[in-house]
Amino acid sequence: MTQSAQTHSDPGLQPAGLRGIATDFGSDQRAFKTASWGKAMMWIFLLSDTFVFGCFLLAYMTARMSTPVAWPNPSEVFALHIGGQDVPLILIAIMTFVLISSSGTMAMAVNFGYRRERGKTAVLMLATALLGATFVGMQAFEWTKLISEGVRPWENPFGAAQFGSAFFMITGFHGTHVTIGVIFLLIVARKVWRGDFDTERRGFFTSRKGRYEAVEIMGLYWHFVDLVWVFIFAFFYLW
Amino acid sequence: MVEIPAGSADAVPAAEVEDMELYHPKSWWTKYVFSQDAKIIAVQYAITAISIGLVALVLSWLMRLQLAFPGYFAFIDADHYYQFITMHGMIMVVYLLTALFLGGFGNYLIPLMVGARDMVFPYANMLSYWIYLLAVLILVAGFFAPGGPTGAGWTLYPPQSVLSGTPGGQDWGILLMLSSLIVFVIGFTMGGLNYVVTVLQGRARGMTLMRMPLTVWGIFTATVMALLAFPALFVACVMMLFDRLLGTSFFMPAIVEMGTQLQHGGGSPILFQHLFWFFGHPEVYIVALPAFGIVSDLISTHARKNIFGYRMMVWAIVIIAALSFVVWAHHMYVSGMNPAFGFFFATTTLIIAVPTAIKVYNWVLTLWRGDIHLTLPMLFALAFIVTFVNGGLTGLFLGNVVVDVPLSDTMFVVAHFHMVMGVAPILVIFGAIYHWYPKVTGRLLNTALGHIHYWITFLGAYAIFFPMHYLGLLGVPRRYYEIGETSFVPPSAHTLNIFITIMALIVGAAQVVFLFNLIWSLFRGKEAGGNPWRATTLEWQTPQTPPAHGNWGKDLPVVYRWAYDYSVPGAPEDFIPQTQPATGGLTREVMR
Repeated sequence: MTQSAQTHSDPGLQPAGLRGIATDFGSDQRAFKTASWGKAMMWIFLLSDTFVFGCFLLAYMTARMSTPVAWPNPSEVFALHIGGQDVPLILIAIMTFVLISSSGTMAMAVNFGYRRERGKTAVLMLATALLGATFVGMQAFEWTKLISEGVRPWENPFGAAQFGSAFFMITGFHGTHVTIGVIFLLIVARKVWRGDFDTERRGFFTSRKGRYEAVEIMGLYWHFVDLVWVFIFAFFYLW
Repeated sequence: MVEIPAGSADAVPAAEVEDMELYHPKSWWTKYVFSQDAKIIAVQYAITAISIGLVALVLSWLMRLQLAFPGYFAFIDADHYYQFITMHGMIMVVYLLTALFLGGFGNYLIPLMVGARDMVFPYANMLSYWIYLLAVLILVAGFFAPGGPTGAGWTLYPPQSVLSGTPGGQDWGILLMLSSLIVFVIGFTMGGLNYVVTVLQGRARGMTLMRMPLTVWGIFTATVMALLAFPALFVACVMMLFDRLLGTSFFMPAIVEMGTQLQHGGGSPILFQHLFWFFGHPEVYIVALPAFGIVSDLISTHARKNIFGYRMMVWAIVIIAALSFVVWAHHMYVSGMNPAFGFFFATTTLIIAVPTAIKVYNWVLTLWRGDIHLTLPMLFALAFIVTFVNGGLTGLFLGNVVVDVPLSDTMFVVAHFHMVMGVAPILVIFGAIYHWYPKVTGRLLNTALGHIHYWITFLGAYAIFFPMHYLGLLGVPRRYYEIGETSFVPPSAHTLNIFITIMALIVGAAQVVFLFNLIWSLFRGKEAGGNPWRATTLEWQTPQTPPAHGNWGKDLPVVYRWAYDYSVPGAPEDFIPQTQPATGGLTREVMR
């Protein structure tokens, strides 16, 4: 069930390109021949979640364009006072760097997972979780700073009230995603460390066998959360 | 008919995945209450949805009583009237129709019809139901909360929905409504992912996408739409919740209320309408597409004839689904949006009539010279076609900007959408219950009671909604607590209102017959056997009826043909099950 076996064992029999896609969709049992159930579910969930973030960002853009009050300048609002001068967007740049790096450790964890190297997989997943937690921590710092400067969801001293509303809503929603990701990273890392996927230990609720594929599915979610951040970074901080 | 050389057609590919690992219940609780079996979850969904639907039915009675006899019932004041309208609409659209079609029929039929043992993620499927139940309970809590449920109208348009002038606006009502919707979306997503992945990845050997019954196609496509449309509702609800709770101004412009300047300013009410209808219009088809699919199978089975133009039917479903994402602003012609949008959205709206008309023609052509058995499912399917054509044609009126503007916010609109997405899908639900009840329980529903139910419901629903078109053309506005002495509304409109109300009471009461039938037949109904309708699809070929846990016994079914081999010339019976090998070459399936 969860194996990623090719249906057409002879690669020569499988048509390439669009015809290959049409053949897969026209065949029986599975439309995506290399995707297990879990992976297919995660991809479709991410598609749905894309629409959630898409709606949030579009709503923010609409609010920004339609509000009659001037929008605050993000490079000033998000500047840190370091060494006697304001450095624009420095915290966000570090946060972005941390989150993108965590995608790197996640990708390595997936790789070692499929090589069944239990220790390295678990350590790299923990590193990913740590980087994710660091990101959330820096976000908490950023929130604290802005709140201390008087930014509230309903008002702020810099300009349009929708600035604070959209900021807390979108970064909060994304931060929630990261936090959930960190929690699940820890759960999956624990299972890897304990050897659940080597012994195919059955899940308590589902009675399904545990497989290293869970690491990759976790990775799909994590990369998605990173990708969303890139869009938030571009549309909220750089615009 | 296509002759297929013996042998080659029977060559079914080997199984690509190992057999599913099922969760086996360990106690009564995990078998019947916290069950991971899609069939139990389906029944739980159906019972919950029908129960809350009955609440909405009673609310519609109360509204109708007020419209026919304004001021006669002291407890229906203006606030209550708006609360009844709002809850009736929201319950019917989201908590009854969506939940029953996708959660109820989807859960029961998808695994059985595609030849799977269960949904692919039974645990998430179970959670989906319990989260749905939680959403329903939060919704119902509105009736008991201080200030009562929200009276904002089912569209919940801001700014009025969060202001003190609207019932529940500054009380608990709107908060509970928004929370309930957010919870519903979360719960639905868990179920929806199951339905989609089961169809895409969990089919039996030989069951290609183009061999699936149209029921599965309808439910599958509707679920994909729901997964893409509900996010807009989710976001809109979150933002309005912040507007109401935190004092943000996403949807709130500067407002003076009772001489006081509110703290809000700079928000866009139109933004909410865009988000809402980006969900709201696909929602119409989320309800309609499963009905389209189910009715296709009912007609084909009970007319003993293959569905006319199967491929066309599939593509029509897919095209309708795609188009329905680019028509949402036809609900907003009078909202004050850019008038140029109207041209675009009117065009896309009218284009949807093409695939929809193809479906209607194909249903009629399936009936054409068929061996029509006037069973209850068939009667309801016929009633659906009539009602749906009626509602669809008035949709053409309302899709045109210049016609819509004078008809907007009149009873004509109420008549239109009740015909097309109220009565029509409900009739299909009834037909589907009469059709699949024998599979769920092993017993047939009583036919005599069914006929009483059918004729009162079908003719009565027509008597309710057909006159509303006339009221709308007279200019009778919708959503008005009472019309009062309005010069352009003649006294005859009032007589008609009384007639409609009496019919509504009768039709509502007739549903008691149906409920009685459901319970009575469970114990006293005629034994149905495994395949009472002599149907071809997989769910009728299960080794046990009702199907046991795991559906298929030891071996999974293998599919050799499409779902519509009825009355194949030369075949010994007038139906050939999908599991029967094609040896002998008899099929009406068109290959490639």
